[in-house]
Amino acid sequence: MTGYTLADLEAWDARIRERVEAFGLDCYPQEFEICDHAQMLGYMAYSGMPSHYPHWSYGKAYEKLKTLYDHGVTGLPYEMVINSNPALAYLMRDNSLCLQILTIAHVYGHNDFFKNNFTFRSTRPEFTIGTFKAHADRVRRYIDTPGIGLERVESILDAAHALSLQCRRNLAIRKLSPAEERERLIEASVRPPDPFRTIHRRAENPEPDLQRTPLVPDEDLLLFIRDHNPVLRDWEKDLLTIVHEEAQYFIPQIETKIMNEGWASFWHKRILDSLDLPQAIHLEFLVRHNQVVRPIPGQVNPYHLGLKVWEHIEQVGNDPTPEERERLPPGCTGRELLFETRAADRDASFLRRWLDGPLMRELDLLRYEARGEDLVVTEVSDEAGWRAVKQTLIASVGMGSVPVIRVIDADFSGNRTLRLEHVHDGRDLHLESAERTLGYVRRLWGRDVVLDTVLGGKRTTLTFGERGFAAKAAP
Amino acid sequence: MLDSIFRPFHPADAERSDRSASDRSRHRAKVRESIRENIADIIAEESIIGQNRDRIIKVPIRGIREYRFVYGDNTPGAAQGAGDSQQGQVLGRTRGQPAPGEDKAGDRPGTDYYETDVTLEELIDIMFEDLELPDLERKALRQVDAFRISKRKGYRAVGIRVRLDKKRTARERARRMVATRKHREELGIERPRFPFHDDDLVYRHMVSDTRNESNAVVLCLMDTSGSMDTMKKYLARSFFFLLYQFICTKYQNVEIAFIAHHTEAREVTEEEFFHKGESGGTFISSAYLKALEIVQARYHPSLWNIYAFHCSDGDNFDSDIPAALRAAQELCAVCNLFGYGEIKPLGSRYYESSMLQVFRRLEADNFQTVLIERKEDIWPSFKAFLGRDRAVQAVQGREA
Repeated sequence: MTGYTLADLEAWDARIRERVEAFGLDCYPQEFEICDHAQMLGYMAYSGMPSHYPHWSYGKAYEKLKTLYDHGVTGLPYEMVINSNPALAYLMRDNSLCLQILTIAHVYGHNDFFKNNFTFRSTRPEFTIGTFKAHADRVRRYIDTPGIGLERVESILDAAHALSLQCRRNLAIRKLSPAEERERLIEASVRPPDPFRTIHRRAENPEPDLQRTPLVPDEDLLLFIRDHNPVLRDWEKDLLTIVHEEAQYFIPQIETKIMNEGWASFWHKRILDSLDLPQAIHLEFLVRHNQVVRPIPGQVNPYHLGLKVWEHIEQVGNDPTPEERERLPPGCTGRELLFETRAADRDASFLRRWLDGPLMRELDLLRYEARGEDLVVTEVSDEAGWRAVKQTLIASVGMGSVPVIRVIDADFSGNRTLRLEHVHDGRDLHLESAERTLGYVRRLWGRDVVLDTVLGGKRTTLTFGERGFAAKAAP
Repeated sequence: MLDSIFRPFHPADAERSDRSASDRSRHRAKVRESIRENIADIIAEESIIGQNRDRIIKVPIRGIREYRFVYGDNTPGAAQGAGDSQQGQVLGRTRGQPAPGEDKAGDRPGTDYYETDVTLEELIDIMFEDLELPDLERKALRQVDAFRISKRKGYRAVGIRVRLDKKRTARERARRMVATRKHREELGIERPRFPFHDDDLVYRHMVSDTRNESNAVVLCLMDTSGSMDTMKKYLARSFFFLLYQFICTKYQNVEIAFIAHHTEAREVTEEEFFHKGESGGTFISSAYLKALEIVQARYHPSLWNIYAFHCSDGDNFDSDIPAALRAAQELCAVCNLFGYGEIKPLGSRYYESSMLQVFRRLEADNFQTVLIERKEDIWPSFKAFLGRDRAVQAVQGREA
């Protein structure tokens, strides 16, 4: 550490914590760990977890990060925070004092967000570190078991990783049990009483198909395969569970990237502005802050977009236009509105609620599409186009960038073929990726797999069977 | 009250924490595996032949990409503009550079292939791993004990006169002079001279250094008569290249000799060998005799492992055939491995004449003929050729 000691950091941290409490942020206890760049690369490759099960893809991630870092293509993040209780954050020891102060303040922003945003309710942060450790121990044990070994564990993990994000998105909604699903189906099939029974022909009561598996389309691919493939061994089922649980832990972070980064940036700015920094540090802070939250043309910088929207929300709360006032609860202040939004939204709803035409024009948001080799701007945020741009943006944030694939039949055509459907929303699947991924589904399911989708406007059925992959357009 | 803890940096932890090491090596192994699967294609690539060993080659690899369900090309993206975006502006390109927009899973289609850098050296290692030859034990190879007595190892007070180290000896004398000055003054010894004493003398010490060396020579024989065109020469060259690289991985000291022949044979430089065409007919025996002559003069079979390979298009004067057979037989006797490669690119006109028939009469277990018609044949025929190595046969024989 250059030019400061741990005691300095602790002193600054104490002052920052004072501000955090004064602003009303509500955090888990916080642990900071000082690390060097090699350790940081390691944490990044393993999503920040102090212990994680082994898999070659993390080695690949590490090599990639290291190459980019060594060649100066990308820098390293100043910090990394883990959603756990107590929250765990890594600080780079090479950072300047100013950066450490900024980072510490930023970390409390994330910490507050983790603790209060509804999407993180399901992550059980008290057990995060222990859960990952337990997963790692189990996977290592399978690798060391003579009858299993690395190759077979890897084969399952490779396939499971490909499907890990094919799961339900909103974890705050409870998944119904099969018995409840059944009841609902039966209820739905019963017609409401007809007051003109005497003159109407008697309506047919269609009988619900209760033999079918699944009763309703199921988005949790890994869990479905685990529960309905009778030939999977226990250790294979356990691996699927591990990968599924890990994805569930990370989905809230994927779903709230813009909000979370924006929130932390919003508060580190507030906190540092209120700290009365010495001038040299303050100037460096302004430079660093602007580097982090600058717009990056051709991309969406979540720090920048998030910060702008949060500032907009505060301004609406404090000084609403008459039409905005109608939508707000009476007597609501900007601060209250901020905290309410931080608890109740995810990226998609956050943008849908708060991103309006003028703000989008200010940010110069646009929509682009591929035209041959070029990416061409097809819509900009003017009066006519901002709604279309907004739709595109919302569809691409969080889990919106992952196609929705659902299981609709576990026994298609009576020979245990797994039938999936892609819920098509105008965006086609990438064919080569779909082919390979279906191969993984087949590996786990053990029988043929069929996927219904739409390609180039035509209903298409992709199959992966014994003889490999085939795509067939419906006539 | 909000609590916080700071854990200081411990260098020892940092050193211990190379947690990704095993995953990295596993990834690396998968990359090698993938390269090995495509090795025949890579070898058929012209660019690697005759290159420097340190050169870095970009090798496309498959099979270690991570696939997921992702959206395809007709997916619109949202991005920020530079402030004055207009419809119709070109924002970037779909391929080549990273696509704009958030690269969530790192898996946006567009970067379809995954390339990795390997050095030629590494590639050659992988190639020869693929051969799955039994590991040649050093013992199976003919080794030469090379003595070198010139290795210096410290100093001694005794030795022979020629190894006297004058500088150190003079220094010893000066040291003795300084050390005894006070003593001499006390005793009042005034001597004008202060001669060298036996104790001053320092000799360089030599040890005899024994090192096992294994020597090999690759004899490249090629027909450079008028009928050998560029394509044929290229195929021949690829074969020689593989052979040389392979021998280099097995022996410490490898030499290479080029013999070009038409009706008579000459030893030439590499440059001449591959680039100079000559005209006229062909006496294959001339090349073999020249090779024998070189072996006699410089590479005695008891000290050298000799690998000879001859590339030709099969054109030979009929009158030369008995002589060629005789010479080939002799060459087989001195070589570890002797091969004849007939190069007949598909569609070439010389199908009528072939030495392959002739060499069938040759009785030697370390002789192999191969027919090379196109680039893709090089690797399989190379493997077949190496299977005849005496050293390999010896190892296999012992194992059986």
